[in-house]
Amino acid sequence: MKRLAPLIAMALAASISEARQFDLPPADGGQVVEELVIESTTDLAVFRPMVEAFQLRNPGLAVTYHELTSNEIAARQEEACMSGEFLADVVISSAVDQQLKLVNDGCAKPLLLAEAERLPDWARWRNELFGFTFEPAVMVYNRAWFREQGAPQSRFELIDLLRSSTYYTGRIGTYDIASSGLGYFFAFQDALQAGTWGRVVESLGRNNAKLYCCTFEILERVADGRLLIGYNVLGSYALDYIEEDDRIGIVLPRDYTLVMARAAFVPRQARSPLAASRFIDFMLSSQGRDILSNDMRLLSPIDGAERLERLTGQKADDLETFRPISMTPALLVGLDEAKREIFMRQWRAALPGPTSRR
Amino acid sequence: MVSLQSSAPFSQKTQSIAFRLGLAMLIILVVAVIATILAASRFGQAASDETFDRLLRGAALQIAERVYVSEGEVGVDLPVSAFELLSLAREDRVFYRVIGPEGRNLTGYEDLPLPDERKAGEPTIYATSFKGVPVRAVLMSRQLAERSMRGKVDIIVAQTTAERGALARSITTQAALIIAVAAVVLFFISMFVLQIALRPLTRVEKAILAREANDLSPLDVAAPREVAVLVSAINRFMGRLDQRIEAMQNFVADAAHQIRTPITALRAQAQLALGEKDPQRLERLHRRLYARSVGLGRLADQLLSHALISHRADVATLEAIDLRRVAIEAEREILAIANQPIAVSLPDDEVMVKGDAVSLREAVKNLLSNAVKHGAHPIGVTVTTEAEDRAVILVRDAGRGMAESQRARIGQRFIGDGISPESAGLGLSITASVAQMHQARILCRNGNGFEIGLEMPRVEH
Repeated sequence: MKRLAPLIAMALAASISEARQFDLPPADGGQVVEELVIESTTDLAVFRPMVEAFQLRNPGLAVTYHELTSNEIAARQEEACMSGEFLADVVISSAVDQQLKLVNDGCAKPLLLAEAERLPDWARWRNELFGFTFEPAVMVYNRAWFREQGAPQSRFELIDLLRSSTYYTGRIGTYDIASSGLGYFFAFQDALQAGTWGRVVESLGRNNAKLYCCTFEILERVADGRLLIGYNVLGSYALDYIEEDDRIGIVLPRDYTLVMARAAFVPRQARSPLAASRFIDFMLSSQGRDILSNDMRLLSPIDGAERLERLTGQKADDLETFRPISMTPALLVGLDEAKREIFMRQWRAALPGPTSRR
Repeated sequence: MVSLQSSAPFSQKTQSIAFRLGLAMLIILVVAVIATILAASRFGQAASDETFDRLLRGAALQIAERVYVSEGEVGVDLPVSAFELLSLAREDRVFYRVIGPEGRNLTGYEDLPLPDERKAGEPTIYATSFKGVPVRAVLMSRQLAERSMRGKVDIIVAQTTAERGALARSITTQAALIIAVAAVVLFFISMFVLQIALRPLTRVEKAILAREANDLSPLDVAAPREVAVLVSAINRFMGRLDQRIEAMQNFVADAAHQIRTPITALRAQAQLALGEKDPQRLERLHRRLYARSVGLGRLADQLLSHALISHRADVATLEAIDLRRVAIEAEREILAIANQPIAVSLPDDEVMVKGDAVSLREAVKNLLSNAVKHGAHPIGVTVTTEAEDRAVILVRDAGRGMAESQRARIGQRFIGDGISPESAGLGLSITASVAQMHQARILCRNGNGFEIGLEMPRVEH
């Protein structure tokens, strides 16, 4: 539960949560030689193994870790970028589009990272923005319900299933894109991928799909049977969830599976740019990838696809099933206010109701 | 004897032809390479700009197409494809701005600068800077002609210049590399060709070195036109050298012969004088000794004079001189030794010829000296002009002059009996040499007395 806090924070984009700050003294308890300030959307509870492993390798390194929502990070960094004020040495956010906009606006420092050479093109931009996770958008289902008939394996099967029966009315859930930044991000990218989007939204609307702010709320309801299917759920949290609760099954949609990578950059005015770039490099190193994959289920863009197949036991037909969301200026479009309004209008036309909350 | 080898150290050594041509080639190539690289750089920049400007225009056009009017409001539905197009420039940041009909910002970066001046009817592409970095931007306008809305919407799309710079550099670098390699290859080829082209020179060199020291016959070497000129120049030079050597050898032989006889006679008479007791005969012997030694002295003078003239004929440069001055100087010098009055008759105007003053004076002196020795009083020297362009200098006396047979042999060396101390032959020979040197004609007239002299071309002052 605690591990899902950042997601909740991220989803409550409009509200301003209190920034939580953690000070991590050097691993050996010795003198502070270097200081590294990290601003992140990821809860320290999730991220601690990574930070501590890095501190072990860098004696005398003190880390200050700020937990913030993605909107807070975007707003704070934009202002700091203009004023030149120092806020952090490393900025990590799952809102890839916002991170990309900050880099596009010239807020980041170019880095030369040895490990980054192994990153696929989609997970890096301009030697400034580096994706370090491999997080699919998955469908989750109630295993008990689908024990006999088998869960839909693609969007087509989902659409067919929703058409075939009225049983799913009110028992399917997805993000409320008005309140969930991640939900909007996934939905927007989904809409770009294929013609199925219109039919998916229409099916969701016809079946009176429930909308939620946060991943955990969907997972919880699918687990206890209040929902039967969750659509476009963040795979990394689902993977983590099923470790302790096997009532949920995960499907990587066979037609295509969106994949996003949390992105990190070093602001121009970083005070410890060397430690910062070492930290990003460490996250991309094989040790960092092991921590990301085994301790966090966040995986890595470098070897995420293979590891994901092992974790889900579901063999992707081929790697083309994965549609990574590329870090390019095309992500700016989703952030465009006019565009957002148009997209929201289309969404609301199909899924009008206010978010259904408990 | 002139030694051929001895002249070698005097030749000035300059850079070899191969070196000069190579250097010239190198300079030309370097200049050409630099010029081509500059051109390639401009071309690279232009090509790269054109490529990436197309992306910009394409993106702006796609955005322009998505401008719509709904319920009296202008809106724009940004197409992702426009940004994907721009993302083809992988490393470049993208900025955009859409301005509505009343100058109100519809969306995008509000402070993205407009161009200083815009082209009418077509997209304006301009360079500016945004957020502290140089960007290339395109401004595209779309006229709205809806029932509810008139006016225009401006779309600006800008992009940083990293990729276009990289492409330009890559084009330039590749072009430069090719040019540089081509230049190096060209240089080596030209050096090789040069070696082949200069091979005839080596042949000539070998042919000359292979010769005997005293072999001055013409070189017979097959050579291309340029080198053939050189070979023929060498041949001409060797011909002259040959002539000079031969002339010198002849001169030495003749001089030895000429001088040996009077000296033998002198010695015999001196010996006679030693044993003579009779004062009358002794005095006669003395007189003869005196006459002989005067003649010998004159002969030596003439021999040296002749050597001087032959030398000058080869080395002296011809200058514009006044023939009257030659006459006066010759008369003055003869007067000093002959002690006879000589009438000098000169025109009032100067008579300019192209010649060597020393040689001419020497020739006139010899003629005067001959007249003093062989001719009859009165003796005179005249300078006249003949026709428009001829000048004549004449020595005249009242004597009988020369016999026909003698006259025919003017110009041959040592005419006269050769033994007589009063021989005039060498003097005439000198005159003949001088005449030849000045392209002059020897005038020789027997009539009322005897006239001999030179007729030569006049020159304007």
